[in-house]
Amino acid sequence: MTLLVGKHTRAIVQGITGNQGAFHTRLMLDYGTQIVGGVTPGKGATVSQGVPVFDTVASALEKIDANASIIFVPAPFAKEAGMEAIDAGLNPVVIITEMIPARDSMVLMAYAKEHATTIVGPNTPGVITPGEAKLGIMPGDVFTSGGVGVASRSGTLTYEIASYLTHAGIGQSTCLGIGGDPITGLNFVDVLKMFRDDKSTDAVVLIGEIGGSAEEDAANYIAETHYPKPVAAYVAGRAAPPGKRMGHAGAIITGTEGTADAKMKRFSEVGVLVAEVPSELPRLLQQQKAALVQH
Amino acid sequence: MKLFEYESKSLAQNLGINTPRGGLASTPDEARDIHKRIGGEVVIKAQVLVAGRGKAGGIKFGSKPEETRDRASEILSMTIKGEKVKKVLIEQKLNIKKELFGSIVLDRANKCQTVLASDQGGIDIEDVAKQNPEKILHHRLDPVFGMRGYDARQVGLKLGYTGQRLNSLTDLLSNLYRLSVIYDAELVESNPLVETNDGKFVTADLRVIVDDNSLFRHPEFQERAKEASGEVTPLEAKARENGLAFVELDGDIGIMGNGAGLVMATLDMVNHYGGKPANFCDVGGGANAEHVATALQIIQGDQKVSRIFINILAGITRCDEVAKGIVDVKKVVGLKKPLVVRMQGTNFEEGKRILNSIGITTLEKMDEAARLVVAMKVA
Repeated sequence: MTLLVGKHTRAIVQGITGNQGAFHTRLMLDYGTQIVGGVTPGKGATVSQGVPVFDTVASALEKIDANASIIFVPAPFAKEAGMEAIDAGLNPVVIITEMIPARDSMVLMAYAKEHATTIVGPNTPGVITPGEAKLGIMPGDVFTSGGVGVASRSGTLTYEIASYLTHAGIGQSTCLGIGGDPITGLNFVDVLKMFRDDKSTDAVVLIGEIGGSAEEDAANYIAETHYPKPVAAYVAGRAAPPGKRMGHAGAIITGTEGTADAKMKRFSEVGVLVAEVPSELPRLLQQQKAALVQH
Repeated sequence: MKLFEYESKSLAQNLGINTPRGGLASTPDEARDIHKRIGGEVVIKAQVLVAGRGKAGGIKFGSKPEETRDRASEILSMTIKGEKVKKVLIEQKLNIKKELFGSIVLDRANKCQTVLASDQGGIDIEDVAKQNPEKILHHRLDPVFGMRGYDARQVGLKLGYTGQRLNSLTDLLSNLYRLSVIYDAELVESNPLVETNDGKFVTADLRVIVDDNSLFRHPEFQERAKEASGEVTPLEAKARENGLAFVELDGDIGIMGNGAGLVMATLDMVNHYGGKPANFCDVGGGANAEHVATALQIIQGDQKVSRIFINILAGITRCDEVAKGIVDVKKVVGLKKPLVVRMQGTNFEEGKRILNSIGITTLEKMDEAARLVVAMKVA
């Protein structure tokens, strides 16, 4: 899927001179992503990883042609960094930064909506179209090009599942993390819509976790729209106790809401193939494919 | 971060929100003295962070100061859902005309704050929410402009108020919203929110949860955030002081991994194969040897842990750093419990070599490793 990133992507890295920013700019370049500039206030007119650095996004765009942004700036500055990218017309904007205050994310998402900008994250591993480009921090070598779209609320678990798929010979069209925070730009329903319209995607894997209602909303959407492509899912956190935050800010069960069991049950009810453990996903997809061929 | 009721109310008082007259006591005698000072009948409330204290017997009444002392003594010796009661709040008993429920929550799905309110407040609000969801009104607030006067008035009207009472309730709701903004609260909830016989609205109970991610801009909570509150066990407190995302569970297999989702999936997999995890421990992305060593020492220091499963899928994290952390623990304090290590990803060959050199074999597949650690015979 080249809707979000692909060969056409020309990205700016906001926060390019920080540890993470510099390190991942190098890896994104190595993967073949076009990173055309970076922004760090006060470091304008320098060069990082062979890429020109500017003080603001607007001044960068006077010199270079870019159409996307990836943000690594620290949490206290992330809201404004996002707005700066939106104001400059960059789209999508991928926000890797974690631990952004919920109020900041809420305001930023409202701003993005007003400007029709797609935000991936915050607290996301980013987005990768295997073989084309990645805007993110995921290890490129576990992914391979193919027809399964993957959307996840977690980082390392996405790599784990992508590597199972890859080893089983199942390639991916696009993999993206919607983000582990309570408020994110894209949710599962938005991504399901993208995958539905994407010709290179023929099946979808959703990797959910406890907390919130993103999985239930996705299940309802699948049922209501008679979603045309097979969907398989895994939901992490069956072993999680209520009221405890499991690493991600968004991963908390409140009362009986948000449990993994409830989410898995809802997925099953609407015909989603539900894996008990992540390693079952390739088999579920293969069975589904075999069943489709027989019909 | 959850605030205690008395902390929440102290923030509210500064914003002019009505709370019952009262005081905080750590001993039965203090409770008696507060009762003497405020007079009348009082309510004695356990100060705990867990919900459901009313049903657990953590709220009692006192008509005389001596009675209040005795009831306070009972409550102060209670442990409610694992949380020891250290303080009680003594408050005047209100003349209740009606108990309402009013809450301003962070609404994840709608990416805004939403007011939840009901004219059927009290301890059974969860039942109301389940059985008569239409009795709870939802009013979304604009994410940028927030609660405007007319938002609050609309909520008050829907709850059935007009005239002076509508204006009073509107003021109170506006102030609760203001509290949520000033303190970056993901939840401000009053249940019951009491309408008194003389026409006032008083937050008889108040719960505030501050967004942990906003603590950097709230110096007023810095000290409070460090305290090991009732929410965390001593082991969790120790782990968190060391920068680990850690949740204690009741099984015997210690778990360490990198990335919240992967660690959650690890717990699930151990459960799936019939084992019981002792903890959730996420060392995070890019953990260095020292960080891994700290985590391992905390896990192996836990008495109930019989064996440990380390699950690393390295992206930003490097397997050789993880391996060095394990070696350091072996050198400094020794490895006290059997280990199963699964490693894959960045620098995994080097990590494997380092661990092999101290006699630890590594596995590449998560399933295989989970099965092995579950099946492992322990003394």
